[in-house]
Amino acid sequence: MRIRTALASSAAVIALALAGAAHAQQPRSFEPDVRTHLGAGLHDAEQAAWNLELEHAIAPPPGFFDPDALFSPRRFMEETRAAEEADEDDEEAPAGPRFTPLALANTDLAFAGGRVFVGNYNGFNVYDANGEGEPELVLSVVCPGGQGDVSVHGDLLFMSVEQNRGRLDCGTSGAEGDVNEERFRGVRIFDISDFSAPRQIAAVQTCRGSHTHTLLPHPADPDILYIYNSGTSFVRESDELDICTDGQPDENPETALYSIDVIKVPLSAPEEAAIINRPRIFADRESGDIAGLWRGGRFGVATQRTAQTNHCHDITVYPELGIAAGACSGNGILLDISDPENPARISDMFDPDMAYWHSATFNNTGDVVVFTDEWGGGVAARCQADDPTSWGANLIAAIEDGELKGRSFFKLPTVQGATENCVAHNGSLIPVPGRDLMVQSWYQGGVTIMDFTDPDNAFEIAYFDRGPVDEDHLIVGGPWSTYWYNGRIYSSEITRGLDVLRLLPSEHLSPSEIAAAERVREDQVNPQTQTRIVWEDHPDVARAYLDQLARSEALDNGLAGQVRAQVDRWEQGRANTRTLSRLARQLADYAAEAEGRDASRLSELSDLLSRVR
Amino acid sequence: MLADKQDEGRKAVTLHRGLIIAAAVLAGGAWGPIFQPGAPGAPARVITAEDAVALSRGTFIEADVVFMQHMIVHHAQAVEMVELMATRAEHAQVKRLGERIAASQAAEMEQMRAWLLARGQALEDPHLEHGHHHGHQGHGHHGHHGHHGHGAAQETDPDHIALMPGMLTPAQMRAMAAAEGRAFDILFLEGMIEHHQGAIDMVYELIAAPGSGEDPELSDFLSHVVSDQSAEILRMQVLLTELDAA
Repeated sequence: MRIRTALASSAAVIALALAGAAHAQQPRSFEPDVRTHLGAGLHDAEQAAWNLELEHAIAPPPGFFDPDALFSPRRFMEETRAAEEADEDDEEAPAGPRFTPLALANTDLAFAGGRVFVGNYNGFNVYDANGEGEPELVLSVVCPGGQGDVSVHGDLLFMSVEQNRGRLDCGTSGAEGDVNEERFRGVRIFDISDFSAPRQIAAVQTCRGSHTHTLLPHPADPDILYIYNSGTSFVRESDELDICTDGQPDENPETALYSIDVIKVPLSAPEEAAIINRPRIFADRESGDIAGLWRGGRFGVATQRTAQTNHCHDITVYPELGIAAGACSGNGILLDISDPENPARISDMFDPDMAYWHSATFNNTGDVVVFTDEWGGGVAARCQADDPTSWGANLIAAIEDGELKGRSFFKLPTVQGATENCVAHNGSLIPVPGRDLMVQSWYQGGVTIMDFTDPDNAFEIAYFDRGPVDEDHLIVGGPWSTYWYNGRIYSSEITRGLDVLRLLPSEHLSPSEIAAAERVREDQVNPQTQTRIVWEDHPDVARAYLDQLARSEALDNGLAGQVRAQVDRWEQGRANTRTLSRLARQLADYAAEAEGRDASRLSELSDLLSRVR
Repeated sequence: MLADKQDEGRKAVTLHRGLIIAAAVLAGGAWGPIFQPGAPGAPARVITAEDAVALSRGTFIEADVVFMQHMIVHHAQAVEMVELMATRAEHAQVKRLGERIAASQAAEMEQMRAWLLARGQALEDPHLEHGHHHGHQGHGHHGHHGHHGHGAAQETDPDHIALMPGMLTPAQMRAMAAAEGRAFDILFLEGMIEHHQGAIDMVYELIAAPGSGEDPELSDFLSHVVSDQSAEILRMQVLLTELDAA
């Protein structure tokens, strides 16, 4: 289905602006393919790969794997079923195990200094990927509380904690009861300057814990780091944290709902990190009602207690553009963050096919946002044959004159089984110049690469998938986060550990496009803090544009051949700058006549050639 | 099996670099030590892999079990309501929404059953018999739809008693079964909004109980019941507004 009714703004509570736009027709269902019936297994599942190669599959380290938790539930299930069948009146159930597979789930990733930081419900692990072979485990830290979303900035590691069981001292006992001063729900800060002595240095308590958080460096002051914290859980007792009160704004204008937390971290004294603002980013811009997004509807029927959009699940900032995209439960929103302490909503959108706005990724130019819909919360099998192809999918939105406009949906284009939890999840851009590519996790649906250069027609260009963890039972697993970092794709597998994948050339991606992407190097990458990708002037970049122009037949063969020959000379150190300048001018003329992405490819290539000296 | 070998010789010790390095060397494996940090400002200590796994193990309590048992019953009624749609609903978007609700609720029922079975718990609450969700007496068994013509709910008449918060009474289910077209669509949306709100209320009631909702899988499930059903309520409110305007 297309996006039927793009409800453009929340300003009018009842007036429903029905802006039907023309979108590509979404198929009702996908065809099964080789990914559909892969054999099951924890470490020996069948695999299917297309245009991707699995380089390394690193099993979870000691302390981060519990086969009892993964597989004994099945034994208990069978015993319980048998007991129920044998004696229906028996009220004495067998004693069950006190653990779940998710307790040691691997979660989000961050990167710095060639190292990969893997979050976990029970702590985090760090791998050194600077060497040639398999990344090497260099640090294991246990600190329960889930979900363990991690970010890194310099020598500091930040971690989200949301569960009630979290404790200030990284233990688990003694946090019982409604009110407990040892309980910790919020953002932890660790000093990781010395891997032989990691140290918790601060723990910023928040009202709804921390489900995800996003780092935002101060635009001018290198000593200040902000954190936008998204808490999605219930509000804690005010006796435990006095800034926290619950309830709807008509009854309690101070409610901890309907806000995000802005935490300020002075990097010279990070132990002084504290919440400095809880901006009302969902407020109605005219009335000031802090629950301004989609509480509307028919009065008197639904209880107005219902909190439609009272939190964000995740926020992605793009500091160079001064904007952020929020995936905020019932809405996608766009924020102006030019004043980082006071983010202000610019635009918001709603779509009837989106169950739960989960995460956001900008394209490199910042005029397209990929929002994900985590329909079913990631623990359900939502890629089955009967599941609609616009549910639990990516919604690709364009930013037009500061307004978000839904353009199309993209969902993993295959059928997965009933024991594979599957829905859109975390991903990041692959830095191929001239195209918008995103690599993404779909839990047990595997990893896919989506080309969304044309936001109306996204398509798949590569994938990697394993069979289910278990053939008969849905055991939650699969890739949680899959991100590009310095030439490789890193994927945190919930139950299986850390995967490293590399791109293979295909009709959809040329060797030069891959080489251009692999040349991009960054020291620190927190995928929810997007930085503009800049390609150095290199023949691979020029050839990547040429390959794209050939694919779309936007350049005549004669000129393309001349440019290729000159790029070859440049690579050999024999650049003829006069010829290159002439070709650059010709390409600029083509660019003036071309449309869409080809125009920008031609002009980027023209600029590149004119810079060669 | 990975966890077996390297833990001998590793004991929980207060952090001293020399000791840790010694512990790692004693362990003799390729793996480094596992740290458990202290409270902010305090040093970390080194723990064994067994300790690490033990720290991951959460608990659940009776209230969690009863919640899951009851929510299965609660969800089952939503599926019944959607089953009525096939021959009665008129509005295409209402039908589509109903399909989605049925798919979600059926999948969640399967999840809840698996959660209970995996913990050796019964699928049904033996104490739940005609009429009373014991946690909710005093609210939840009013008909929320007085304007449907049922009049004031008679609390003693099982026909007018909802089993749990937001569930429709037997009389309300019959009224819905007797309706058609637009009238059905409106009854369906109103009923499902109340139904979903009731599920959200049940979540909040559970998490108010000390020690509840700490099992990680249950904790995630609770978050998503609230978020998915809130979003669906929103969608239904929008549809009701459209039907009103039509």
